Amino acid sequence: MTKKTSASADKKADESVSALSPSTKAPVNAKLSKDERIDLYRTMLRIRRFEERSLRAYQAKKIGGFLHLYIGQEAVAVGCCSLMGKDDHVITAYRDHGHAIAVGMGLNELMAELFGKATGCSKGKGGSMHYFAPDRNYWGGHGIVGGQVPLGTGLAYALKYKGLKGAAMAFMGDGAVNQGAVHEAYNLASLWQLPVVFVIENNGYSMGTSQRRSSAGELAQRAEAYDMAWGTCNGHDLYEVRETMDRFLKAAREASKPAIVEIRTYRYRGHSVADPDNTYRSKAEIEDYRRTKDPIQLFQNQLMAEGVLNDALIEQIDQAARLEADQAADFAEASPFPTVEDLQRDVYWEADHPSERKSGGRLFFN
Amino acid sequence: MPVITYREAIRHALTEELERDSNVVVMGEEVGQFNGAYKVTEGLLAKFGPQRVVDTPISEAGFIGLGVGASMLGIRPVMELMFWSFYSVAFDQILNNAANVRYMSGGLINCPIVIRGPANGGTNVGATHSHTPENVLANHPGVKVVVPATPADAKGLLKSAIRDNDPVMFLENTILYGEKGEVPEGEHLVPLGVADVKRTGTDLTIVTYGRSVLHSLAAAERLQQEHGKSVEVVDLRTIRPLDINTVLASVAKTHRVLIVEEQKPFASVGSQLAYMIQREAFDELDAPIHRVTTVDAPAIYSPPVEIEQLPNPQRVYQGALEALG
Repeated sequence: MTKKTSASADKKADESVSALSPSTKAPVNAKLSKDERIDLYRTMLRIRRFEERSLRAYQAKKIGGFLHLYIGQEAVAVGCCSLMGKDDHVITAYRDHGHAIAVGMGLNELMAELFGKATGCSKGKGGSMHYFAPDRNYWGGHGIVGGQVPLGTGLAYALKYKGLKGAAMAFMGDGAVNQGAVHEAYNLASLWQLPVVFVIENNGYSMGTSQRRSSAGELAQRAEAYDMAWGTCNGHDLYEVRETMDRFLKAAREASKPAIVEIRTYRYRGHSVADPDNTYRSKAEIEDYRRTKDPIQLFQNQLMAEGVLNDALIEQIDQAARLEADQAADFAEASPFPTVEDLQRDVYWEADHPSERKSGGRLFFN
Repeated sequence: MPVITYREAIRHALTEELERDSNVVVMGEEVGQFNGAYKVTEGLLAKFGPQRVVDTPISEAGFIGLGVGASMLGIRPVMELMFWSFYSVAFDQILNNAANVRYMSGGLINCPIVIRGPANGGTNVGATHSHTPENVLANHPGVKVVVPATPADAKGLLKSAIRDNDPVMFLENTILYGEKGEVPEGEHLVPLGVADVKRTGTDLTIVTYGRSVLHSLAAAERLQQEHGKSVEVVDLRTIRPLDINTVLASVAKTHRVLIVEEQKPFASVGSQLAYMIQREAFDELDAPIHRVTTVDAPAIYSPPVEIEQLPNPQRVYQGALEALG
């Protein structure tokens, strides 16, 4: 074991928590090459460094609105998205930076979007909560709790309609499970046997209200009411996320079986970074998670035990991630804002394609 | 040219587009096995099968949202709302997701969905089932809003709407479903955003749409017969995009305007029209712009009173006399 733990979090992590993942030998993990394992580690670290850098930019007032950080939850997005094939699709809510990086979006376009710049992935029109990359099968980035879940079900519907052997992953937080639209989507998915896996990223708190104070019963078990399969897993363990999700994704792709999977995770920061974080949980609780369950630290320990990572490599990956995040901030800073003229672009397809416009009349009214 | 009902005209449009494009799917409550709550989709399930004509549970937020998601992947869903009044339970899916996803993605995602169904009062079904949300919908940049009055327009506009790459809200009328008119067979496309002068005249312009077009035409005929007044009736056909130029050309000819709409008056479509007419044709106006709307209260049940709450030929006639001074 190394004494260096800088890659995990700002606080020193407990190296004694280094038991190997029980999912190490699952075929989906056993088959990973050394480079693939390192890539998984690198992606989690890049998410964390991006989030830390964006927090500094937010504190420096370079970013407006809300900033919902993914720090602490990295193994969920990376584990799930690492399983995607060409016909698999992802949609999530507003804590969407981790998924964006996990599907391969670049830090520059993501940071520029936070800065409200024209070079952002949504040209500065979406912001933190509304990242999209349809070319990477990433359909957002949605701001209303639970509102994206019917859309994810529709992605699965389209896959089935087209006869494609893919699956949709519809992510939501633990706070979304009580929204009506989510239950309507559950019913449709099971009724029509759509290839969708509903992924509940349970970080314990819907904003400032604990799971115990907002949800009756077990979250994923509600699947039984809709005659769907369900499961839970430890979201601090990347291998376990992969093993669990691989099973449900295969059932979705191969047998068009929907499911609900609850992945238990934890966020270190407030709901949004501007929110007070001391009304509903203790500092000791946060510290305990950081020290004993940090997903990056645990995977680092795992890979060191496997002989895949060493101190020098960790340092190299970390430095590269920090540099990349800093450069993304520099890129964002140097980029231009959209113009006032851009306000009315990307509203209507027809307005953006005037030579193909078939309708008459005014589309805009100012 | 065959004379068919408004209902049949919509069915023809759906049939032809289902035949033309395998990505078109008709989806909604009772559209298949039940043959449609208002029989608009009668026979489509038998003809196209359950892959293309899909019965949904009563679950508007779920199935409209599903349609929006499917449209992002290239399906062209034509969703039926049994009543447009039910849009309120799917509001987030329609007006946050369908309306905004193109914008929020910086133009990367299209949402070629059509949501159609009746939006009208006049059938004694009370306040919950009588909403006319065209003003609410049109207040959301990103969606288009279509309000056909005649069978021919219903067919031609729906075919255009299904081929449109933007989300289109298509508002029909249960009372119009049985109205007959000449409708071209086969390929008949009416472009969105083009108004139609349904009657020409020189003394007054009535700007209207939907079922109010029929009331306005009846009133115009009576004004001609009883008062020798020549009234022009401009049918907007589409609320957004809006063919304001046809309206302004008519105003330049008649110099007097009456707006007739089955809308509550506050922040209605007519409010926007009145603003635009005074702003762009102020010097053409010989009198203030007048308006006949739904009487400003929730839709009443009581059948004889509901007739008086809505625009009707008599109210339009009275409103026109006032506008004519």
